[in-house]
Amino acid sequence: MGKRFLSLWFRRLTTDDVSIRRPALLHQPFVLALPDHGRMVITAASASAMEEGIHTGMAVADARVLVPTLEVLDDQVGLTAKLLRQLALWCIRYTPIVSIDAPDGLLLDISGCPHLWGGEKIYLHQIVHTLRKKGYDVRGAIADTVGAAWAIARYGRVSPIIQPGEHVNALLGLPPAALRIDPSIAGRLQKLGLDRIHRMAGMARQSLRTRFGNELLLRLDQAFGRADEIIESVVPVEIYIERLPCLEPICTAGGIEIALTRLLENLSSRMQQEGKGLRSAIFKGHRVDGQLIQAAIGTHRATHNIAHLFKLFEEKIPTLEPGLGIEVFTLEAPKVEDVGPSQTTIWEGAGGLLDKGLPELIDRVSNKMGADRVHRYTPAEHYWPERAITATGSLDEVALDRWSVTRPRPVYMLARPEPIEVTAPIPDYPPMLFRHRNRLYKIIRAEGPERIEQEWWIATGQHRDYYLVEDEGGVRYWIFRSGHYKGTGPHQWFLHGYFA
Amino acid sequence: MSVQQDIIHRLQREILQLQGSRPPAPGQIDIALGPINAAFPNKTFPTGAIHEFICPAPVDEAATAGFTAGLISGLMQMGGICVWVSAGRKVYPPGLKTFGVAPDKVIFMDMRTEKEVLWVMEEALKYEGLAAVVGELRELGMTVSRRYQLEVEQSRVTGLVIRQQPRQLYPNAAVARWHVTHLPSMFGSPLSGSDLANTDMPGVGFPRWNIHLSRIRNGHPGSWEVGWQAGRFHFGIAETGIQKAVLGRQENPLRRQTG
Repeated sequence: MGKRFLSLWFRRLTTDDVSIRRPALLHQPFVLALPDHGRMVITAASASAMEEGIHTGMAVADARVLVPTLEVLDDQVGLTAKLLRQLALWCIRYTPIVSIDAPDGLLLDISGCPHLWGGEKIYLHQIVHTLRKKGYDVRGAIADTVGAAWAIARYGRVSPIIQPGEHVNALLGLPPAALRIDPSIAGRLQKLGLDRIHRMAGMARQSLRTRFGNELLLRLDQAFGRADEIIESVVPVEIYIERLPCLEPICTAGGIEIALTRLLENLSSRMQQEGKGLRSAIFKGHRVDGQLIQAAIGTHRATHNIAHLFKLFEEKIPTLEPGLGIEVFTLEAPKVEDVGPSQTTIWEGAGGLLDKGLPELIDRVSNKMGADRVHRYTPAEHYWPERAITATGSLDEVALDRWSVTRPRPVYMLARPEPIEVTAPIPDYPPMLFRHRNRLYKIIRAEGPERIEQEWWIATGQHRDYYLVEDEGGVRYWIFRSGHYKGTGPHQWFLHGYFA
Repeated sequence: MSVQQDIIHRLQREILQLQGSRPPAPGQIDIALGPINAAFPNKTFPTGAIHEFICPAPVDEAATAGFTAGLISGLMQMGGICVWVSAGRKVYPPGLKTFGVAPDKVIFMDMRTEKEVLWVMEEALKYEGLAAVVGELRELGMTVSRRYQLEVEQSRVTGLVIRQQPRQLYPNAAVARWHVTHLPSMFGSPLSGSDLANTDMPGVGFPRWNIHLSRIRNGHPGSWEVGWQAGRFHFGIAETGIQKAVLGRQENPLRRQTG
């Protein structure tokens, strides 16, 4: 199937927008103006102002002579781009690929879309009609190439829909300005009598190039479909995306659930065939009032299990506000990974890290409570206790280093070492007593010291001399002295953990 | 007479099954708990059940964490995974290695409130692929414990609830209630003929706890001195009866109440 493009042309984008926001101006001539070299120059004129002979580029003073009651408003720099982007995002409901065609149009790659609306005629009519009802003066055309659709939208007089393969014939009768070329080149062509495209279509390429430059030939080729033209979508196209247009706007949670299930089924069956699984997914709803609502989930291991994914989304459905109703649902998977063929673990009994259910449990917890709640640790090659473990986000990551058991490590460790007061018989002997939070602990047994040096390439500071001490009740503590024994100065000693 | 005995035994087994405790399946994990096993119904540690560990003082939590880690290492011997749910976690993963638990096989779920811990623990207990779920909670009421018990009867996961400084010890549906307290460390092992609490040696010995099983459904409560050495539990002189429990630190009213 060949490509089909739709070009939309907004003749008076900014003034239309102003009159939508201020309906009182609808039948009154008004212009938008910006200061330029010390005078106000008109940048856009409304339909009724144009009828009075006002055009863009005119000085406001001159226009006031023509229409004394002329309303002059300040134009905003960048307003056109902003409006076009909004309209482009709105058009996503008709096709996934919408591109901004500055300064006054949009380009839609509609290949394979119109039949969902019942044919190109209804499709085009619906888009143009909806936009006109909003208040935009818009023209649209559908053709095989971007150039042809652009030309017909602006210069076409017969039919806005050019049947496949007919675009060359449709273009031949149009003026050269329809080729999206520089106005100066168009003016020169006009002056030379080449006032229709068919007059130059048969000319030698070499002579056209020497007289009018490469641009004309490129535009001619693009319009005729001899050269490819790539349009850049405002929203990057996701490879794994499913869309579900609704006949009537959906505004109930039940309806959203049905839409979600259907989208998940489609996406999952496609991924299953291709041996993929998703790591993250976004469920979007395009509302009637133009708003976009969405819910996103992430998984710990690539999966295409519908029941599991549905469960993850289920908790987010109440947060989606349907407003007046949702017209189109989309489900996209921005992050997709290969899924190995699922193995049946016969010998592994109670499941291991590779168990399929485990990531689903973690996904449920982290989607409900927050992504940073689930931790798994692998050993790190550091003696410094706080750095001896690294949190890993993946279940597949195995402990490369072995967990060391040569030195005792406490079962409980305080998040931050707490200062204690210690009585030690002689410097560098284990302490006899220590006081922590106004309680005195008498040490019966002690072991140590185990000196752990700061890693100077990571942090600076004192080394620590760790002692394992036991009080009369058999409670074992992990205490350390920071730095060398000084004899004076407060809080050199700290309690860092409890042994079992 | 013997016929009558047989009938009584059979009926007792049936009652046990109705109460959710299944007889040990062949090849089931057996935790080497030595004399403590005699206290349990069917003479095996009840897996697929909820156990609660009472820690009246913060230091008991460390002892409990050590004993629990020893139990988990037994439960994980088939290559299972353990989930540790807590709010304000203090467990230092490398410390678990001492008790035979590979820290990378433990998934820590760190919640902010006790309510979140309750929810996550229930979700974890539902999933049958886990060897054990440890939850750090303050309270464990009848409703919650009954829910947990129903979940584990389905999933056969063992749930261990470490109750940190509980306010009240109401009855609940947990199968067992344990109290773990520190004892002076031990040197040598009973096998080598030396006393467990030989005090002449320098340094700090191997961890030793007083394990008090104050409630066990269909079993016999008791107290034991248990040590951990060379990757397994070691047992001192078994003392049945509850008197031993009050020999620990006396200042705690809670312990006297339960003892």
